[in-house]
Amino acid sequence: MALDIQSTVNANTARIALSGELDGSTAPKLRETVDKILAGKPAQLVLQVEKLTFMASAGLRILIFAKQKQPNLKIYLVKPQPAIVDTLHKTGFYDGVFVTDAEPAGA
Amino acid sequence: MSTATEDRIDFYPTHEADGIRFRRGRPLPFGATIVPNGVNFSVFSSSADSCTLVLFNKHEPRPFAEIEFPREFRIGDVYSMIVFDLDYETLEYGYRFSGPWDPAAGLRFDKTKILSDPYARVLGGRDVWREQPDWNDIYQHRARLSFDDFDWEGDTALEIPTKDLIIYEAHVRGFTADPSSKVSAPGTFAGLREKIPYLKSLGVNCLELLPIYEFDEWENNRRHPETGELLLNYWGYSTVGFFAPKAGYAATGRLGMQVDELKNLIKELHRAGIEVMLDVVFNHTAEGDQRGPYISYRGIDNRTYYILTPEGYYYNFSGCGNTLNCNHPVVRNMVLDCLRYWASEYHIDGFRFDLASILGRDQNGAPLSNPPLLESLAYDPVLSKCKLIAEAWDAGGLYQVGSFPAYGRWAEWNGKYRDSVRKFIKGELGMVGEISNRIQGSPDLYWYRGPTASLNFLTCHDGFTLRDMVSYNGKHNEANGEWNNDGANDNNSWNCGWEGESTDPGVNALRRQQMRNAATLLFLSRGVPMLLMGDEMGHTQGGNNNSYCHDNAVSWLDWRNVEKEKELLRFFTKLLAFRHAHPVLRGNRFFEHRDYVGSGKPDIGFHGTRVGQPDWGGASTVLAYLLCGKHATPQDNDIYIAINMYWDGLPFQVPPASDGKSWRVAINTSMRSPEDIYDSAGGPRVDSAEVIVGGRSIMVLVA
Repeated sequence: MALDIQSTVNANTARIALSGELDGSTAPKLRETVDKILAGKPAQLVLQVEKLTFMASAGLRILIFAKQKQPNLKIYLVKPQPAIVDTLHKTGFYDGVFVTDAEPAGA
Repeated sequence: MSTATEDRIDFYPTHEADGIRFRRGRPLPFGATIVPNGVNFSVFSSSADSCTLVLFNKHEPRPFAEIEFPREFRIGDVYSMIVFDLDYETLEYGYRFSGPWDPAAGLRFDKTKILSDPYARVLGGRDVWREQPDWNDIYQHRARLSFDDFDWEGDTALEIPTKDLIIYEAHVRGFTADPSSKVSAPGTFAGLREKIPYLKSLGVNCLELLPIYEFDEWENNRRHPETGELLLNYWGYSTVGFFAPKAGYAATGRLGMQVDELKNLIKELHRAGIEVMLDVVFNHTAEGDQRGPYISYRGIDNRTYYILTPEGYYYNFSGCGNTLNCNHPVVRNMVLDCLRYWASEYHIDGFRFDLASILGRDQNGAPLSNPPLLESLAYDPVLSKCKLIAEAWDAGGLYQVGSFPAYGRWAEWNGKYRDSVRKFIKGELGMVGEISNRIQGSPDLYWYRGPTASLNFLTCHDGFTLRDMVSYNGKHNEANGEWNNDGANDNNSWNCGWEGESTDPGVNALRRQQMRNAATLLFLSRGVPMLLMGDEMGHTQGGNNNSYCHDNAVSWLDWRNVEKEKELLRFFTKLLAFRHAHPVLRGNRFFEHRDYVGSGKPDIGFHGTRVGQPDWGGASTVLAYLLCGKHATPQDNDIYIAINMYWDGLPFQVPPASDGKSWRVAINTSMRSPEDIYDSAGGPRVDSAEVIVGGRSIMVLVA
């Protein structure tokens, strides 16, 4: 399945819009994007994931990687689908990100 | 700096074959380790001729590459190689070994088999519990890579003093598999996590999980000859991989995220003040005897991993087909590496060793006086704060309760505690002297080790539940499909007058009382108490005392009992709180039967129906004793316990309370709820010099 990635950086906020499936075969593409964005040391990473239908371990590991590389980074997941929220809960990643229904204030 | 590291020459490939680039690896650590630019594979075999690394993409039926280790990649007996450009997320790997086929010499190499890594940290192939596997798959239990990137948020092992533990023995699946659990992911680590508030309110502070190492629930699966019910390897005492968590126990196993889900459970349990102990099975593996499958060890180094007869067959001290050769130095190191991995990577607080006496047998099966594995575990620097608990017997006839090689570290499942207390409760004569030892932490067995060597229990997964112990005289294992021949016959149980479920109010009242008697003795005894999951809510297995194959309502907890048995649950909850509230119940030294704090009375004093006159005679079924709280802390209360296992009520003379205080009733098992138990400070005052303790009941007073 394909993964479409659109990214923009605005002052302290990096935005990535994802649609499709984020699995082992598509994750390296996202990893590359996140790598590039982190080089600019943003304060916030906002992931628009409303159209993301599936996120495998590989996808979650990119978020962990981003957190480890830049511990102060605030990661927002905007409108994740219920199955993705469920996986975040079960595997303990939920506490490390902000799950919201709208773009965070000031972003 | 990182660039400098990445530029190092030893991080670049030197060889290429099949489109795969690789170089010589590092022999240690064993297993698959992610290194800069690649993965280091390392595996040991003492008698193979050659070894081939087999690489798959996840779920693919055929490998995408096979690379034979060049001769120069073997150092000693270790084959190692770094492979570059692999996709860590989708990789599955295994090995082929070629070598002699000479069973009489213990060699069973077969190059047609693809074998799991003994150090595999993730195993695929049984990703979803009870989902029918692809039996034609050429590689059933597929090793995968794991990532050590979980965010523990500062969590560590809790290091609760052993004397303060209250252990709850549970089966991950059975705990929440029943729909009545109402959790979002029944029968999984995630489901269990949702029940943490329940465990916390019950008052347990250590959760002991039946095996969670990867096993195959389909091993020896069969249909019941009469009912057609599918019988599985439900308990899981049959290890496929020692380093990998059971994928089928994770709701996210389908996504390959069992490692994260288990770690999250452990982190949340720790947050709630509950330790996690694993029931570990190092006595045998899932490969069975010479008729069993090739999973890993047999095809890699049969005579290193297993204890073999002189003819090359498998010794069966485990009762499960084979016996792991635990005191071979290589296997011993594997066990150590494994436990260190669980302690460091999963923050596990302790281990309970299944059939641990096997760990003390030499390479011919003879018991050792100074077994190196047990000694190594006791003195291991990484495991030094982990609890080590032995099931101190094996299926080969070794029974070491009281004599298990302890090195000042090991505790034991005290089988004698279970047997004696069960006999005493059902009214057997000649038990009073024995019981006085058991309630003190069994100084007769552990005089040189202290009471925390005694893991006290009355029930465990193996045997009757508490409710069945007071409802059945004999086992009823017909549903196991072995014509009731399996399971123990020496249950020391008593049905209170009717075999099985009863509508007789007298029978049921006596059962209620007997369950409370059992619980009271267990949680007032010195030592470390263990409770079987569900006993606190009257779980029944319908008299089945060997439910190893039942992935169904026989084993699963029925959570409707929380409401139905709320009086019993209340009793347990208050009883556990009582134990936590009174340090005098939980000392880590034995009673000395004298006053060594100047309180005016000994730390423990025995009585009978008359003060100062215990009756140790063979016909006695009565014992009373007084624990002096000041011997524990200046603030703790005195506790007087009057046990009457005679069938009728008896008057007990009560010793005077200290410092002008009055006795208050804390527990009276002959009373109906809520007068069966009060808060830790006690209920109604006792003003008389005598109390009547009902037939087959226990009264506990505090002052």
